[in-house]
Amino acid sequence: MQKIPIIKIGENLIVSLQFDIDDSSAVGLQGDLLLMIQKTGATGVLVELSALDMVDSFMGRMLSDITRMSATMNANTVIVGIQPSVAITLVELGLRLEGVHTALNVEAGIALLEKLRTAKAGSGHETDSDK
Amino acid sequence: MRQIAINEVTIEREEHLLRARQAAREASSAMGFNLVDQTRLITAVSELTRNVYNYAGRGVVTLEKVEKNARSGLMVTVTDRGPGIADIELAMTDGYSTGGGLGNGLGGCQRLVDEFDIRSKAGEGTVVKIVKWQS
Ligand SMILES: Nc1ncnc2c1ncn2[C@@H]1O[C@H](COP(=O)(O)OP(=O)(O)O)[C@@H](O)[C@H]1O
Ligand SMILES: [Mg+2]
Repeated sequence: MQKIPIIKIGENLIVSLQFDIDDSSAVGLQGDLLLMIQKTGATGVLVELSALDMVDSFMGRMLSDITRMSATMNANTVIVGIQPSVAITLVELGLRLEGVHTALNVEAGIALLEKLRTAKAGSGHETDSDK
Repeated sequence: MRQIAINEVTIEREEHLLRARQAAREASSAMGFNLVDQTRLITAVSELTRNVYNYAGRGVVTLEKVEKNARSGLMVTVTDRGPGIADIELAMTDGYSTGGGLGNGLGGCQRLVDEFDIRSKAGEGTVVKIVKWQS
């Protein structure tokens, strides 16, 4: 099992998958991310996987799980850098990656996280003033 | 049909799934498959070997180059002597899983390759054979 480094930049946690990982490492990463969200109060998670030449149903489910679990801890998740061949394969496998935000690259991903944060802050403010 | 052995990987532990994917990566790249087909093959091998590991505990993957009518392809055979599958049609259905998975492994794998053959008998094991032809 390999430990995958998570770095915090500003409000975001950033993970870059640089090599094919086994299932336990993927599950470990999921747990580590949630602990980091709790510890740091990060409101964004960015998972970069441009180095991966395959995402199978296990990894696909892990990405949706990370998204859902982070959401319950008030953090948005954006997956970036999915290779075109991986995107095609995901569709053929029939994986929908429901609720998962994606962006082309890290820069676009960080911009999207920023947008999601602003949108949330905006809607939160409105609800407050409604009361 | 001519068959030329390329590689064989035994699946017994979780890290062997990585080894099987690496074998598929090397074979498909050495044969000159385009990137999308390489990804399809690696993904298909990953799905089938995870099933072996999850449901049968152990098994074997063999990779062979096949030649037929001046076309060549990669054939992958995944064999186990696990519990087998009682209802293959049901197991092939997207969303059906007895293991808490997404249930897209077998059906998805079939869509990723050109030929897909599954034989299984409850109590005896499962053999899945897939072929991807070079375009
Ligand atoms: N090698 C195998 N041995 C026994 N049962 C299997 C095997 N492969 C698949 N199955 C059965 O078929 C079902 C569907 O498999 P699959 O489509 O890969 O989805 P998942 O693995 O997510 O459950 C599995 O849940 C399992 O019951
Ligand atoms: Mg499966």
